[in-house]
Amino acid sequence: MNDTGLVVAIKNVKKSFGNNVVLDGINLDVSKGEVVVICGRSGSGKSTLLRCIDQLETVDSGEIRAAGHLMGFKELNAKIVPLKDASVAIQQRDIGMVFQNFNLFPHVSVLENIMIAPTRILKRKKDEVEKEALALLERVGLPDKKNAYPRQLSGGQQQRIAIARALAMKPKLMLFDEPTSALDPEMISEVLDVMVDLSKAGMTMIVVTHEMGFARAAADRVILMHDAKIVEDATPKDFFENPKSEHTRLFLSKILQH
Amino acid sequence: MSWSWPYFFDYMINGLMLRGVWVTIWLSIISMILGLGLGILAALMKMYGNRGTRYIAEFYIWLFRGTPILIQLVIIYTGLPQLGIRFNVVESCILGLALNEGAYLAEIIRSGIMSVDKGQEDASRAVGMNWRERMWLVILPQATRTIIPPLGNQFNGMLKTTSLCSVISMQELMRSAQMIAQIQFRVLEAYCIAALWYLLLVSIWGLVQTRIEAHYERPFGSEEAKPNNEK
Ligand SMILES: Nc1ncnc2c1ncn2[C@@H]1O[C@H](COP(=O)(O)OP(=O)(O)OP(=O)(O)O)[C@@H](O)[C@H]1O
Ligand SMILES: [Mg+2]
Repeated sequence: MNDTGLVVAIKNVKKSFGNNVVLDGINLDVSKGEVVVICGRSGSGKSTLLRCIDQLETVDSGEIRAAGHLMGFKELNAKIVPLKDASVAIQQRDIGMVFQNFNLFPHVSVLENIMIAPTRILKRKKDEVEKEALALLERVGLPDKKNAYPRQLSGGQQQRIAIARALAMKPKLMLFDEPTSALDPEMISEVLDVMVDLSKAGMTMIVVTHEMGFARAAADRVILMHDAKIVEDATPKDFFENPKSEHTRLFLSKILQH
Repeated sequence: MSWSWPYFFDYMINGLMLRGVWVTIWLSIISMILGLGLGILAALMKMYGNRGTRYIAEFYIWLFRGTPILIQLVIIYTGLPQLGIRFNVVESCILGLALNEGAYLAEIIRSGIMSVDKGQEDASRAVGMNWRERMWLVILPQATRTIIPPLGNQFNGMLKTTSLCSVISMQELMRSAQMIAQIQFRVLEAYCIAALWYLLLVSIWGLVQTRIEAHYERPFGSEEAKPNNEK
Protein backbone atom coordinates (compact mmCIF):
# COMPACT_ATOMS: atom_id res chain seq x y z
CA MET A 1 0.00 0.00 0.00
CA ASN A 2 1.62 3.19 -1.12
CA ASP A 3 0.35 6.74 -1.30
CA THR A 4 -1.76 5.92 -4.33
CA GLY A 5 -3.86 3.48 -2.27
CA LEU A 6 -3.05 0.67 -4.62
CA VAL A 7 -2.28 -2.78 -3.25
CA VAL A 8 -1.38 -4.07 -6.70
CA ALA A 9 0.09 -2.06 -9.57
CA ILE A 10 1.20 -4.07 -12.57
CA LYS A 11 2.88 -2.27 -15.46
CA ASN A 12 3.42 -3.80 -18.89
CA VAL A 13 4.35 -7.24 -17.64
CA LYS A 14 5.58 -9.74 -20.20
CA LYS A 15 6.36 -13.38 -19.71
CA SER A 16 7.12 -16.23 -22.10
CA PHE A 17 7.89 -19.90 -21.69
CA GLY A 18 10.19 -20.51 -24.63
CA ASN A 19 8.32 -19.30 -27.69
CA ASN A 20 5.01 -19.40 -25.88
CA VAL A 21 4.00 -15.84 -24.92
CA VAL A 22 1.93 -16.27 -21.76
CA LEU A 23 1.64 -12.68 -20.52
CA ASP A 24 1.74 -10.02 -23.22
CA GLY A 25 1.85 -6.55 -21.72
CA ILE A 26 -0.39 -6.89 -18.67
CA ASN A 27 -1.44 -3.72 -16.85
CA LEU A 28 -3.55 -4.05 -13.73
CA ASP A 29 -4.26 -1.90 -10.68
CA VAL A 30 -6.08 -3.17 -7.63
CA SER A 31 -7.08 -0.81 -4.81
CA LYS A 32 -7.13 -1.64 -1.14
CA GLY A 33 -10.15 -3.77 -0.27
CA GLU A 34 -11.01 -4.46 -3.88
CA VAL A 35 -11.99 -7.94 -5.08
CA VAL A 36 -11.00 -8.70 -8.66
CA VAL A 37 -12.17 -11.85 -10.39
CA ILE A 38 -10.14 -13.11 -13.35
CA CYS A 39 -11.57 -15.56 -15.82
CA GLY A 40 -10.62 -16.79 -19.26
CA ARG A 41 -10.20 -20.03 -21.07
CA SER A 42 -7.53 -22.61 -20.27
CA GLY A 43 -4.03 -21.50 -21.17
CA SER A 44 -4.86 -17.79 -21.32
CA GLY A 45 -2.26 -17.03 -18.62
CA LYS A 46 -4.38 -16.59 -15.48
CA SER A 47 -2.32 -18.82 -13.23
CA THR A 48 0.92 -17.41 -14.57
CA LEU A 49 -0.24 -13.88 -13.76
CA LEU A 50 -0.99 -14.83 -10.14
CA ARG A 51 2.27 -16.76 -9.88
CA CYS A 52 4.21 -13.74 -11.18
CA ILE A 53 2.55 -11.47 -8.64
CA ASP A 54 3.64 -13.82 -5.84
CA GLN A 55 7.08 -14.39 -7.43
CA LEU A 56 6.56 -18.11 -7.93
CA GLU A 57 7.55 -17.16 -11.47
CA THR A 58 9.73 -14.25 -12.54
CA VAL A 59 8.63 -11.82 -15.22
CA ASP A 60 10.64 -11.16 -18.37
CA SER A 61 9.91 -7.42 -18.36
CA GLY A 62 7.63 -4.86 -16.76
CA GLU A 63 7.12 -4.36 -13.04
CA ILE A 64 4.83 -5.64 -10.34
CA ARG A 65 4.20 -3.71 -7.18
CA ALA A 66 2.20 -5.65 -4.63
CA ALA A 67 1.53 -5.29 -0.90
CA GLY A 68 3.99 -2.41 -0.77
CA HIS A 69 6.88 -4.21 -2.48
CA LEU A 70 8.44 -3.98 -5.91
CA MET A 71 8.19 -7.74 -6.30
CA GLY A 72 11.48 -9.52 -6.93
CA PHE A 73 13.54 -6.33 -6.91
CA LYS A 74 14.81 -3.56 -4.73
CA GLU A 75 15.35 0.04 -5.61
CA LEU A 76 18.86 1.15 -4.78
CA ASN A 77 19.90 4.73 -5.60
CA ALA A 78 17.52 4.92 -8.55
CA LYS A 79 18.78 1.54 -9.76
CA ILE A 80 16.64 -1.58 -9.75
CA VAL A 81 18.43 -4.69 -8.51
CA PRO A 82 17.08 -8.27 -8.50
CA LEU A 83 16.61 -9.72 -5.02
CA LYS A 84 18.03 -12.96 -3.68
CA ASP A 85 15.75 -15.84 -2.68
CA ALA A 86 15.72 -14.95 1.02
CA SER A 87 14.70 -11.34 0.36
CA VAL A 88 11.98 -12.40 -2.07
CA ALA A 89 10.67 -14.68 0.69
CA ILE A 90 10.30 -11.64 2.96
CA GLN A 91 8.17 -9.93 0.30
CA GLN A 92 6.09 -13.07 -0.14
CA ARG A 93 5.09 -13.04 3.53
CA ASP A 94 2.74 -10.16 2.80
CA ILE A 95 0.88 -12.01 0.06
CA GLY A 96 -1.27 -15.07 0.70
CA MET A 97 -1.88 -17.61 -2.03
CA VAL A 98 -4.44 -20.38 -2.31
CA PHE A 99 -3.97 -23.13 -4.88
CA GLN A 100 -6.30 -25.33 -6.86
CA ASN A 101 -4.82 -28.44 -5.22
CA PHE A 102 -4.71 -26.96 -1.69
CA ASN A 103 -1.04 -27.96 -1.23
CA LEU A 104 -1.37 -28.32 2.52
CA PHE A 105 1.72 -29.70 4.26
CA PRO A 106 0.72 -33.37 4.56
CA HIS A 107 3.30 -34.31 7.17
CA VAL A 108 1.96 -32.08 9.93
CA SER A 109 -1.39 -31.54 11.60
CA VAL A 110 -3.93 -28.93 10.61
CA LEU A 111 -2.94 -26.68 13.51
CA GLU A 112 0.74 -27.03 12.60
CA ASN A 113 -0.06 -26.17 8.97
CA ILE A 114 -1.46 -22.85 10.15
CA MET A 115 1.20 -22.17 12.78
CA ILE A 116 4.31 -23.26 10.92
CA ALA A 117 4.98 -19.98 9.08
CA PRO A 118 4.30 -17.54 11.95
CA THR A 119 6.25 -19.60 14.50
CA ARG A 120 9.14 -20.94 12.39
CA ILE A 121 9.64 -18.01 10.03
CA LEU A 122 8.50 -14.97 11.96
CA LYS A 123 9.67 -16.63 15.22
CA ARG A 124 6.57 -15.45 17.03
CA LYS A 125 5.57 -16.92 20.38
CA LYS A 126 3.81 -20.26 20.13
CA ASP A 127 0.92 -19.67 22.53
CA GLU A 128 0.09 -16.33 20.96
CA VAL A 129 0.14 -17.81 17.44
CA GLU A 130 -1.92 -20.78 18.60
CA LYS A 131 -4.63 -18.46 19.85
CA GLU A 132 -4.78 -16.78 16.46
CA ALA A 133 -4.71 -20.13 14.66
CA LEU A 134 -7.67 -21.38 16.68
CA ALA A 135 -9.55 -18.18 15.88
CA LEU A 136 -8.79 -18.73 12.19
CA LEU A 137 -10.07 -22.31 12.40
CA GLU A 138 -13.22 -20.92 13.93
CA ARG A 139 -13.45 -18.42 11.11
CA VAL A 140 -13.25 -21.09 8.40
CA GLY A 141 -15.67 -23.26 10.33
CA LEU A 142 -13.33 -26.10 11.32
CA PRO A 143 -12.49 -25.65 14.99
CA ASP A 144 -12.74 -29.39 15.69
CA LYS A 145 -10.16 -30.40 13.06
CA LYS A 146 -7.05 -28.92 14.62
CA ASN A 147 -5.41 -32.27 15.34
CA ALA A 148 -6.36 -33.95 12.08
CA TYR A 149 -3.88 -34.53 9.29
CA PRO A 150 -4.70 -33.05 5.86
CA ARG A 151 -5.29 -36.51 4.34
CA GLN A 152 -8.18 -37.06 6.70
CA LEU A 153 -10.09 -34.02 5.47
CA SER A 154 -12.39 -33.57 2.51
CA GLY A 155 -11.29 -31.30 -0.32
CA GLY A 156 -13.51 -28.47 0.87
CA GLN A 157 -12.12 -28.73 4.37
CA GLN A 158 -8.55 -28.81 3.09
CA GLN A 159 -9.12 -25.70 1.01
CA ARG A 160 -10.57 -23.85 4.01
CA ILE A 161 -7.48 -24.84 6.04
CA ALA A 162 -5.30 -23.59 3.18
CA ILE A 163 -7.07 -20.23 3.41
CA ALA A 164 -6.51 -20.17 7.17
CA ARG A 165 -2.83 -21.01 6.65
CA ALA A 166 -2.44 -18.07 4.28
CA LEU A 167 -4.31 -15.71 6.61
CA ALA A 168 -2.06 -16.66 9.53
CA MET A 169 0.68 -14.50 7.99
CA LYS A 170 -1.70 -11.51 8.03
CA PRO A 171 -1.28 -10.82 4.30
CA LYS A 172 -2.20 -7.54 2.69
CA LEU A 173 -3.29 -9.32 -0.46
CA MET A 174 -4.82 -12.72 -1.12
CA LEU A 175 -4.46 -14.57 -4.42
CA PHE A 176 -6.75 -17.49 -5.26
CA ASP A 177 -6.01 -19.75 -8.23
CA GLU A 178 -9.18 -21.68 -9.07
CA PRO A 179 -9.78 -22.51 -5.40
CA THR A 180 -12.88 -24.59 -6.10
CA SER A 181 -11.98 -26.30 -9.37
CA ALA A 182 -10.74 -29.48 -7.72
CA LEU A 183 -13.76 -29.79 -5.43
CA ASP A 184 -16.84 -31.95 -5.61
CA PRO A 185 -19.83 -29.70 -6.41
CA GLU A 186 -21.36 -30.01 -2.94
CA MET A 187 -18.20 -28.59 -1.35
CA ILE A 188 -17.80 -25.53 -3.52
CA SER A 189 -20.10 -23.28 -1.54
CA GLU A 190 -18.42 -23.89 1.83
CA VAL A 191 -15.18 -22.52 0.36
CA LEU A 192 -16.84 -19.65 -1.50
CA ASP A 193 -18.66 -18.65 1.70
CA VAL A 194 -15.33 -18.24 3.48
CA MET A 195 -14.05 -16.15 0.59
CA VAL A 196 -17.14 -13.94 0.55
CA ASP A 197 -16.71 -13.37 4.30
CA LEU A 198 -13.09 -12.47 3.72
CA SER A 199 -14.02 -9.93 1.06
CA LYS A 200 -16.61 -8.39 3.39
CA ALA A 201 -13.91 -8.07 6.03
CA GLY A 202 -12.04 -5.80 3.63
CA MET A 203 -9.37 -8.12 2.26
CA THR A 204 -7.86 -7.21 -1.09
CA MET A 205 -8.31 -10.25 -3.30
CA ILE A 206 -7.52 -11.45 -6.82
CA VAL A 207 -9.48 -14.57 -7.61
CA VAL A 208 -9.10 -16.73 -10.68
CA THR A 209 -12.36 -18.63 -10.90
CA HIS A 210 -15.14 -19.66 -13.20
CA GLU A 211 -17.69 -19.44 -10.41
CA MET A 212 -19.76 -16.63 -11.85
CA GLY A 213 -21.99 -16.69 -8.78
CA PHE A 214 -19.01 -15.61 -6.70
CA ALA A 215 -18.14 -12.91 -9.23
CA ARG A 216 -21.65 -11.49 -9.00
CA ALA A 217 -21.77 -11.71 -5.22
CA ALA A 218 -18.34 -10.48 -4.20
CA ALA A 219 -16.39 -8.98 -7.09
CA ASP A 220 -15.83 -5.27 -7.61
CA ARG A 221 -14.37 -5.98 -11.03
CA VAL A 222 -14.33 -8.92 -13.40
CA ILE A 223 -11.47 -9.37 -15.84
CA LEU A 224 -11.28 -11.61 -18.89
CA MET A 225 -7.90 -12.83 -20.09
CA HIS A 226 -7.54 -14.02 -23.65
CA ASP A 227 -4.33 -15.09 -25.37
CA ALA A 228 -2.03 -13.58 -22.73
CA LYS A 229 -3.86 -10.23 -22.64
CA ILE A 230 -6.52 -8.59 -20.53
CA VAL A 231 -9.38 -7.99 -22.95
CA GLU A 232 -12.14 -6.97 -20.54
CA ASP A 233 -12.01 -5.16 -17.19
CA ALA A 234 -15.45 -4.15 -15.99
CA THR A 235 -17.87 -4.11 -13.08
CA PRO A 236 -19.73 -7.41 -12.68
CA LYS A 237 -22.88 -5.75 -14.01
CA ASP A 238 -21.22 -4.52 -17.18
CA PHE A 239 -19.24 -7.73 -17.56
CA PHE A 240 -22.32 -9.93 -17.62
CA GLU A 241 -24.85 -7.59 -19.19
CA ASN A 242 -22.90 -5.27 -21.40
CA PRO A 243 -19.47 -6.68 -22.26
CA LYS A 244 -17.30 -4.65 -24.64
CA SER A 245 -15.16 -7.47 -25.94
CA GLU A 246 -16.26 -10.08 -28.43
CA HIS A 247 -14.19 -12.60 -26.45
CA THR A 248 -16.24 -11.92 -23.33
CA ARG A 249 -19.50 -12.53 -25.16
CA LEU A 250 -18.13 -15.80 -26.51
CA PHE A 251 -16.81 -16.79 -23.08
CA LEU A 252 -20.12 -16.04 -21.38
CA SER A 253 -22.12 -17.94 -23.96
CA LYS A 254 -19.91 -21.00 -23.39
CA ILE A 255 -20.16 -20.75 -19.61
CA LEU A 256 -23.93 -20.38 -19.69
CA GLN A 257 -24.29 -23.48 -21.82
CA HIS A 258 -23.09 -25.60 -18.92
CA MET B 1 38.80 -81.79 15.37
CA SER B 2 35.03 -81.96 15.25
CA TRP B 3 32.33 -79.46 16.21
CA SER B 4 32.43 -78.54 19.88
CA TRP B 5 29.39 -77.17 21.64
CA PRO B 6 31.26 -76.12 24.77
CA TYR B 7 33.54 -73.87 22.71
CA PHE B 8 30.56 -72.63 20.79
CA PHE B 9 28.69 -71.50 23.91
CA ASP B 10 31.86 -70.21 25.49
CA TYR B 11 32.56 -67.99 22.46
CA MET B 12 29.06 -66.62 22.48
CA ILE B 13 29.70 -64.63 25.66
CA ASN B 14 33.45 -64.35 25.30
CA GLY B 15 34.62 -60.91 26.40
CA LEU B 16 36.54 -60.30 23.21
CA MET B 17 33.52 -61.24 21.13
CA LEU B 18 31.18 -58.97 23.12
CA ARG B 19 33.59 -56.10 22.72
CA GLY B 20 33.58 -56.73 19.01
CA VAL B 21 29.78 -56.60 18.98
CA TRP B 22 29.81 -53.28 20.76
CA VAL B 23 32.43 -51.82 18.41
CA THR B 24 30.38 -52.97 15.40
CA ILE B 25 27.30 -51.24 16.81
CA TRP B 26 28.87 -47.84 17.46
CA LEU B 27 31.01 -47.92 14.37
CA SER B 28 27.88 -48.54 12.27
CA ILE B 29 25.86 -45.81 13.97
CA ILE B 30 28.55 -43.12 13.82
CA SER B 31 29.43 -43.90 10.21
CA MET B 32 25.76 -43.91 9.25
CA ILE B 33 25.08 -40.54 10.86
CA LEU B 34 28.12 -38.96 9.22
CA GLY B 35 27.24 -40.66 5.94
CA LEU B 36 23.74 -39.25 6.18
CA GLY B 37 25.15 -35.75 6.62
CA LEU B 38 27.43 -36.23 3.62
CA GLY B 39 24.58 -37.71 1.62
CA ILE B 40 22.25 -34.78 2.33
CA LEU B 41 25.01 -32.33 1.50
CA ALA B 42 25.89 -34.08 -1.75
CA ALA B 43 22.23 -34.41 -2.77
CA LEU B 44 21.52 -30.71 -2.13
CA MET B 45 24.73 -29.68 -3.91
CA LYS B 46 23.79 -31.80 -6.89
CA MET B 47 20.18 -30.59 -7.03
CA TYR B 48 20.41 -26.95 -6.08
CA GLY B 49 24.05 -26.01 -6.45
CA ASN B 50 25.78 -24.06 -9.16
CA ARG B 51 27.80 -25.81 -11.81
CA GLY B 52 30.89 -26.06 -9.60
CA THR B 53 29.23 -27.62 -6.56
CA ARG B 54 27.22 -29.90 -8.82
CA TYR B 55 30.38 -31.29 -10.41
CA ILE B 56 32.03 -31.75 -7.02
CA ALA B 57 29.01 -33.72 -5.76
CA GLU B 58 28.80 -35.79 -8.91
CA PHE B 59 32.51 -36.58 -8.82
CA TYR B 60 32.28 -37.65 -5.18
CA ILE B 61 29.31 -39.92 -5.83
CA TRP B 62 30.92 -41.38 -8.94
CA LEU B 63 34.23 -42.04 -7.20
CA PHE B 64 32.91 -43.72 -4.07
CA ARG B 65 30.21 -45.75 -5.76
CA GLY B 66 32.60 -46.87 -8.44
CA THR B 67 35.34 -48.32 -6.26
CA PRO B 68 35.29 -51.14 -3.68
CA ILE B 69 34.96 -50.03 -0.08
CA LEU B 70 37.82 -52.38 0.76
CA ILE B 71 40.19 -50.41 -1.46
CA GLN B 72 38.90 -47.14 -0.02
CA LEU B 73 39.65 -48.32 3.52
CA VAL B 74 43.10 -49.58 2.63
CA ILE B 75 43.99 -46.39 0.78
CA ILE B 76 42.85 -44.20 3.66
CA TYR B 77 44.68 -46.21 6.34
CA THR B 78 47.79 -47.50 4.62
CA GLY B 79 48.05 -45.41 1.46
CA LEU B 80 47.52 -41.81 2.58
CA PRO B 81 50.39 -41.83 5.14
CA GLN B 82 52.67 -41.91 2.10
CA LEU B 83 51.42 -38.36 1.43
CA GLY B 84 51.81 -37.44 5.07
CA ILE B 85 48.09 -37.72 5.80
CA ARG B 86 47.65 -40.00 8.78
CA PHE B 87 44.49 -41.32 10.35
CA ASN B 88 44.42 -43.89 13.13
CA VAL B 89 42.46 -47.11 12.71
CA VAL B 90 39.21 -45.83 14.17
CA GLU B 91 39.33 -42.59 12.18
CA SER B 92 40.13 -44.44 8.98
CA CYS B 93 37.20 -46.82 9.44
CA ILE B 94 34.71 -44.07 10.21
CA LEU B 95 35.99 -41.93 7.37
CA GLY B 96 35.92 -44.75 4.83
CA LEU B 97 32.52 -46.07 5.84
CA ALA B 98 30.94 -42.60 6.03
CA LEU B 99 32.34 -41.45 2.68
CA ASN B 100 31.21 -44.63 1.02
CA GLU B 101 27.77 -44.54 2.65
CA GLY B 102 27.28 -40.86 1.82
CA ALA B 103 27.74 -41.54 -1.88
CA TYR B 104 24.94 -44.12 -1.86
CA LEU B 105 22.68 -42.09 0.42
CA ALA B 106 23.06 -39.02 -1.81
CA GLU B 107 21.19 -40.78 -4.60
CA ILE B 108 18.56 -42.12 -2.20
CA ILE B 109 18.02 -38.65 -0.71
CA ARG B 110 17.88 -37.07 -4.14
CA SER B 111 15.12 -39.37 -5.30
CA GLY B 112 13.33 -38.79 -1.99
CA ILE B 113 13.39 -35.02 -2.55
CA MET B 114 12.19 -35.47 -6.11
CA SER B 115 9.27 -37.57 -4.88
CA VAL B 116 7.85 -34.58 -2.97
CA ASP B 117 4.97 -32.95 -4.83
CA LYS B 118 5.92 -29.80 -6.72
CA GLY B 119 2.99 -28.00 -5.12
CA GLN B 120 4.78 -28.18 -1.75
CA GLU B 121 7.50 -25.90 -3.04
CA ASP B 122 4.88 -23.42 -4.27
CA ALA B 123 2.99 -23.54 -0.99
CA SER B 124 6.07 -23.05 1.15
CA ARG B 125 7.27 -20.18 -1.01
CA ALA B 126 3.83 -18.61 -0.84
CA VAL B 127 3.87 -18.43 2.97
CA GLY B 128 7.25 -16.71 2.72
CA MET B 129 9.79 -19.46 3.39
CA ASN B 130 13.28 -19.01 2.03
CA TRP B 131 15.26 -21.90 0.57
CA ARG B 132 16.56 -23.19 3.90
CA GLU B 133 13.17 -23.02 5.54
CA ARG B 134 11.52 -24.77 2.59
CA MET B 135 14.11 -27.54 2.76
CA TRP B 136 14.14 -28.15 6.50
CA LEU B 137 10.49 -27.51 7.31
CA VAL B 138 8.69 -28.84 4.26
CA ILE B 139 10.68 -30.72 1.62
CA LEU B 140 13.13 -32.89 3.62
CA PRO B 141 10.57 -33.95 6.26
CA GLN B 142 8.33 -35.20 3.46
CA ALA B 143 11.20 -36.76 1.55
CA THR B 144 12.00 -38.67 4.76
CA ARG B 145 8.98 -40.84 4.21
CA THR B 146 10.38 -42.08 0.91
CA ILE B 147 13.94 -42.15 2.17
CA ILE B 148 13.43 -44.17 5.36
CA PRO B 149 12.87 -47.66 3.87
CA PRO B 150 15.99 -47.66 1.65
CA LEU B 151 17.89 -45.89 4.41
CA GLY B 152 17.02 -48.76 6.74
CA ASN B 153 18.30 -51.24 4.21
CA GLN B 154 21.51 -49.25 3.93
CA PHE B 155 21.99 -49.47 7.70
CA ASN B 156 21.39 -53.19 7.53
CA GLY B 157 24.19 -53.31 4.97
CA MET B 158 26.37 -51.02 7.09
CA LEU B 159 26.22 -53.39 10.09
CA LYS B 160 27.74 -56.11 7.90
CA THR B 161 30.08 -53.90 5.86
CA THR B 162 31.90 -52.88 9.05
CA SER B 163 33.39 -56.40 8.99
CA LEU B 164 35.68 -55.20 6.18
CA CYS B 165 37.37 -52.92 8.69
CA SER B 166 38.99 -56.03 10.12
CA VAL B 167 41.52 -55.88 7.29
CA ILE B 168 42.92 -52.67 8.69
CA SER B 169 42.90 -54.28 12.14
CA MET B 170 39.83 -52.55 13.56
CA GLN B 171 38.73 -54.68 16.51
CA GLU B 172 35.12 -55.10 15.57
CA LEU B 173 33.08 -58.30 15.53
CA MET B 174 34.78 -59.96 12.57
CA ARG B 175 38.26 -59.22 13.88
CA SER B 176 37.28 -60.54 17.32
CA ALA B 177 36.17 -63.80 15.74
CA GLN B 178 39.48 -64.01 13.86
CA MET B 179 41.44 -63.49 17.03
CA ILE B 180 39.43 -66.03 18.98
CA ALA B 181 39.73 -68.54 16.17
CA GLN B 182 43.49 -68.20 16.23
CA ILE B 183 43.80 -68.96 19.93
CA GLN B 184 42.37 -72.48 19.95
CA PHE B 185 41.90 -73.03 16.21
CA ARG B 186 38.16 -73.42 16.75
CA VAL B 187 37.58 -71.61 13.46
CA LEU B 188 34.10 -72.85 12.66
CA GLU B 189 32.72 -72.21 16.15
CA ALA B 190 34.20 -68.71 16.30
CA TYR B 191 32.93 -67.57 12.91
CA CYS B 192 29.52 -69.15 13.46
CA ILE B 193 29.15 -67.12 16.64
CA ALA B 194 30.15 -63.97 14.78
CA ALA B 195 27.61 -64.79 12.09
CA LEU B 196 24.94 -65.31 14.76
CA TRP B 197 25.72 -61.93 16.30
CA TYR B 198 25.40 -60.22 12.91
CA LEU B 199 22.07 -61.99 12.42
CA LEU B 200 20.89 -60.82 15.82
CA LEU B 201 21.95 -57.19 15.22
CA VAL B 202 20.34 -57.10 11.79
CA SER B 203 17.13 -58.65 13.13
CA ILE B 204 16.87 -56.17 15.99
CA TRP B 205 17.44 -53.36 13.50
CA GLY B 206 14.65 -54.82 11.35
CA LEU B 207 12.22 -54.42 14.23
CA VAL B 208 13.38 -50.86 14.92
CA GLN B 209 13.11 -50.00 11.22
CA THR B 210 9.50 -51.21 11.07
CA ARG B 211 8.58 -48.90 13.95
CA ILE B 212 10.37 -45.91 12.42
CA GLU B 213 8.62 -46.49 9.10
CA ALA B 214 5.25 -46.69 10.82
CA HIS B 215 5.98 -43.41 12.59
CA TYR B 216 6.69 -41.57 9.35
CA GLU B 217 3.71 -43.14 7.60
CA ARG B 218 1.30 -41.95 10.27
CA PRO B 219 0.29 -38.59 8.74
CA PHE B 220 -0.30 -40.34 5.42
CA GLY B 221 -2.06 -43.40 6.77
CA SER B 222 -5.67 -44.47 6.46
CA GLU B 223 -8.46 -44.60 9.03
CA GLU B 224 -6.76 -46.75 11.69
CA ALA B 225 -3.90 -44.27 12.01
CA LYS B 226 -6.23 -41.40 12.78
CA PRO B 227 -5.08 -39.27 15.66
CA ASN B 228 -7.58 -38.46 18.36
CA ASN B 229 -9.94 -35.92 16.97
CA GLU B 230 -12.26 -34.16 19.31
CA LYS B 231 -15.12 -35.27 17.14
N1 LIG C 1 6.25 -23.82 -16.01
C1 LIG C 1 5.83 -23.74 -17.29
N2 LIG C 1 6.65 -24.10 -18.30
C2 LIG C 1 6.25 -24.02 -19.58
N3 LIG C 1 5.04 -23.60 -19.97
C3 LIG C 1 4.17 -23.22 -19.02
C4 LIG C 1 4.51 -23.28 -17.63
N4 LIG C 1 3.45 -22.86 -16.91
C5 LIG C 1 2.50 -22.55 -17.80
N5 LIG C 1 2.91 -22.77 -19.05
C6 LIG C 1 2.15 -22.51 -20.29
O1 LIG C 1 1.71 -21.17 -20.23
C7 LIG C 1 0.41 -21.06 -20.74
C8 LIG C 1 -0.48 -20.37 -19.75
O2 LIG C 1 -0.60 -21.21 -18.62
P1 LIG C 1 -1.47 -20.80 -17.36
O3 LIG C 1 -1.35 -21.94 -16.40
O4 LIG C 1 -1.09 -19.47 -16.89
O5 LIG C 1 -2.93 -20.75 -17.96
P2 LIG C 1 -4.31 -20.66 -17.20
O6 LIG C 1 -5.04 -19.51 -17.78
O7 LIG C 1 -4.12 -20.65 -15.75
O8 LIG C 1 -5.02 -22.01 -17.66
P3 LIG C 1 -5.94 -23.01 -16.80
O9 LIG C 1 -7.32 -22.46 -16.86
O10 LIG C 1 -5.81 -24.29 -17.58
O11 LIG C 1 -5.39 -23.10 -15.45
C9 LIG C 1 -0.04 -22.45 -21.11
O12 LIG C 1 0.13 -22.62 -22.51
C10 LIG C 1 0.89 -23.35 -20.36
O13 LIG C 1 1.10 -24.53 -21.07
MG1 LIG D 1 -4.55 -22.01 -14.19
